[in-house]
Amino acid sequence: MDLKGFDHPGDPGAGGTRSVKVMIAGGFGTGKTTMVRSVSDIKPLTTEETLTQATVGVDNLIGVADKSETTVSLDFGKISLNESLMLYLFGTPGQERFWFLWNGLFKGALGAIVLVDTRRLASSFRAIEEMERQNVPFVIALNVFPDCKEHPIEEIRDALDISPHTPIVACDARDRASSRDVLIALISHLKERSAVALEPR
Amino acid sequence: MSAPRRPTDPSGLERYYVLTGGRSGPGGSASSLDVATLVVSRTAPLPGMQHEYEEIVRRCRDPLSVAELTAHLGLPFNILAVLLADLLDAGRIEARDPIPAHHSGRGPDLALLQEVLSGLERL
Repeated sequence: MDLKGFDHPGDPGAGGTRSVKVMIAGGFGTGKTTMVRSVSDIKPLTTEETLTQATVGVDNLIGVADKSETTVSLDFGKISLNESLMLYLFGTPGQERFWFLWNGLFKGALGAIVLVDTRRLASSFRAIEEMERQNVPFVIALNVFPDCKEHPIEEIRDALDISPHTPIVACDARDRASSRDVLIALISHLKERSAVALEPR
Repeated sequence: MSAPRRPTDPSGLERYYVLTGGRSGPGGSASSLDVATLVVSRTAPLPGMQHEYEEIVRRCRDPLSVAELTAHLGLPFNILAVLLADLLDAGRIEARDPIPAHHSGRGPDLALLQEVLSGLERL
């Protein structure tokens, strides 16, 4: 591990606390913030980044050309897994073009949950493409909204063009246990991938 | 009667410029800071420290993530990162990056994943 000279491996006490992070992605209004809220131990917080006029010009934002500053927020929460391991959950901004603002947002993430609203499958296309492009392992979580029809998972897999190796689970992002189960599905998926990678070729 | 106004918008870009001495992002040692990097103080706040530095050092007696610090201090990530870089260089704090997902090209460590899984199952 690259400790960059700031760390003191072997330091007792609080210095031994480590962190892991999981990203929650998906289209606008798919329930990312709701999931962060339902599963976090702390009151979810928001970190904001301001785009200045210069940046806006470069990024060529349609519809905000007159604004000199644009605020983009990242909601996050935390789960204490044990005395010395923290899991941070970040709900990514729906506008994927802003992800660059947080210093390689996905770098160092264990993986991602991509939330999908089955009534608007297309809204999560960009997030799925982005996970594949950045090589971030992910699971798809179908956020079951009260008025959605039942959707057979395999039909949705076809519609979203998801690899057969990527798990698709249904959830209710408002429910803590259900959101936790999606996290469990993600970590189990990562374990399987790691176990496969460890096998001799 | 309206409250006295500060000369500049306290959330504005002028404040960030003053705080960072005009630097726009962290260089060198802190350029890899992540939103989930844990920050821990190595010293008590020093008398006469700039307010923001003092607050970082005081809040990080127990490890706190960079994301939590940005929320508590009301500063954008890139501005906070400049301040953290100063404190790192001065040896006032330690930074501990999140455990990397890709260890020498393979997936994350199985033991770590099992630890995460056990933690989640206890929730």
